[in-house]
Amino acid sequence: MRNLKPNLLELVRRTSAELPDDVVNTIVSAATQEQEGSNAQYAMNIIQSNIDMAKLKSAPLCQDTGSILFFVRAPRGFDQLAFEKAAREAVAVATAKGYLRQNSVDSLTGKNTGNNLGPGSPAIHFHQHRGTRVDVRLILKGGGCENVGAQYSLPDVRLNANRDLDGVRKVILDAVIQAQGKGCGPGILGVCVGGDRATGYVHSKEQLLRTMDDVNPEPALAALEKDIVVSANKLGIGPMGFGGATTLLGCKIGALNRLPASYFVSISYMCWAYRRQGFVLNDSGKIVEWLY
Amino acid sequence: MIQLIEPYTEDKIRALKMGDMVHLSGLVYTGRDAVHKFLHEGGKPPVDLQNQIIYHCGPVVIKEKGKWVVKAAGPTTSIREEPYQGHLIEKFTIRAVIGKGGMGPKTLEACKKVGCVYLHAIGGAAQVLAECVTDVLGVSLEEFGSPEAIWAFRVKNFPAVVTMDAHGNSLHAAVLELSRERLKLLV
Repeated sequence: MRNLKPNLLELVRRTSAELPDDVVNTIVSAATQEQEGSNAQYAMNIIQSNIDMAKLKSAPLCQDTGSILFFVRAPRGFDQLAFEKAAREAVAVATAKGYLRQNSVDSLTGKNTGNNLGPGSPAIHFHQHRGTRVDVRLILKGGGCENVGAQYSLPDVRLNANRDLDGVRKVILDAVIQAQGKGCGPGILGVCVGGDRATGYVHSKEQLLRTMDDVNPEPALAALEKDIVVSANKLGIGPMGFGGATTLLGCKIGALNRLPASYFVSISYMCWAYRRQGFVLNDSGKIVEWLY
Repeated sequence: MIQLIEPYTEDKIRALKMGDMVHLSGLVYTGRDAVHKFLHEGGKPPVDLQNQIIYHCGPVVIKEKGKWVVKAAGPTTSIREEPYQGHLIEKFTIRAVIGKGGMGPKTLEACKKVGCVYLHAIGGAAQVLAECVTDVLGVSLEEFGSPEAIWAFRVKNFPAVVTMDAHGNSLHAAVLELSRERLKLLV
């Protein structure tokens, strides 16, 4: 596929420096909810200046350029190995150019590889489909918010959370309480009900590919998503945990089947610096559409 | 808005109260996980930390035409340094710690004892905060990797909120308690 490496480099640059419009609009609207002269309003004002400045300077919005997560949907016969090679090269160039921080550390030696390449980095999730287009999406997810993610196994005695949607609601709100301001709130939650421990977390991150205004086709989950945001915003944690009106900007919930013996709720917390972007390539490798 | 300007004297620090919004101007040293562990285990600091400020930050710094340029410089999550911070504040008489997410009771106690505050920067605001860095004075412990090294930055009008003061007050503890109370009404 022609031009794949430069196209992926541009995807990384854009993802790191520019928030998608749906996220910016949600932040702008949330900022108006905070009290005049409050610490929360101060934080939201700086957040908005930062969004504008990063775009203008074409520089990383946040210095923690995060885990590099590619989600690729491609036709049968698509050369995944060639994609992986191009993605790795693009990531190394993006690091040298300063679009990405040197952010990949050998877990045994503690040595930073210096180019963001190593086992597990970048992470690429491939899915096949019957169309002809290649849909490439990228999420950059920083460590602060990744660290406050949580996985619960229901029933949870401490939280009086049973194996039903009310139990799911209780553990999600507990995760918000535990996170406080540490995940750079106001945040966005991606949640998966069910699955095994590994597929649950992956699916929770895939929820973060949905736009802010996307409505869940499953009515029970759509209602829960709405309720979580309203309830979390009554907790008073606020931007950065300074206290205030906006604790969550959004919540997206998916479900996978589970074993009769298991009932996991996997929660990925995304910070306000919600870096996701994507494009569609036609069969000659040309970008025909930006997705967000 | 309160101006906090170097030198960072004990009087200036003790005058700050929880919830104060400040603009900081002067020298700050970055230091995060590797640096804190190293100093806690008795490693010799390569810079004099007395009456100085530690910034929990892993910046993106690039060399352009032989000169360091800060590309991004927001705060990292501070709570990871909770096992070490109080000890280091006392040992070196550190006057302020900048980070995000707040810290725990050991750090709060050391702040009270020594005359030190926790300044909460805006997490993720790497560009606004990089603009506040007017000069890169040097780097040490670079062997820990660029984000983990000690960078000496001169900053101007660096925005932050005092969330833990030198009088035993913590906004983090207060918000945690409030949110727990409110949760009881929701579940």
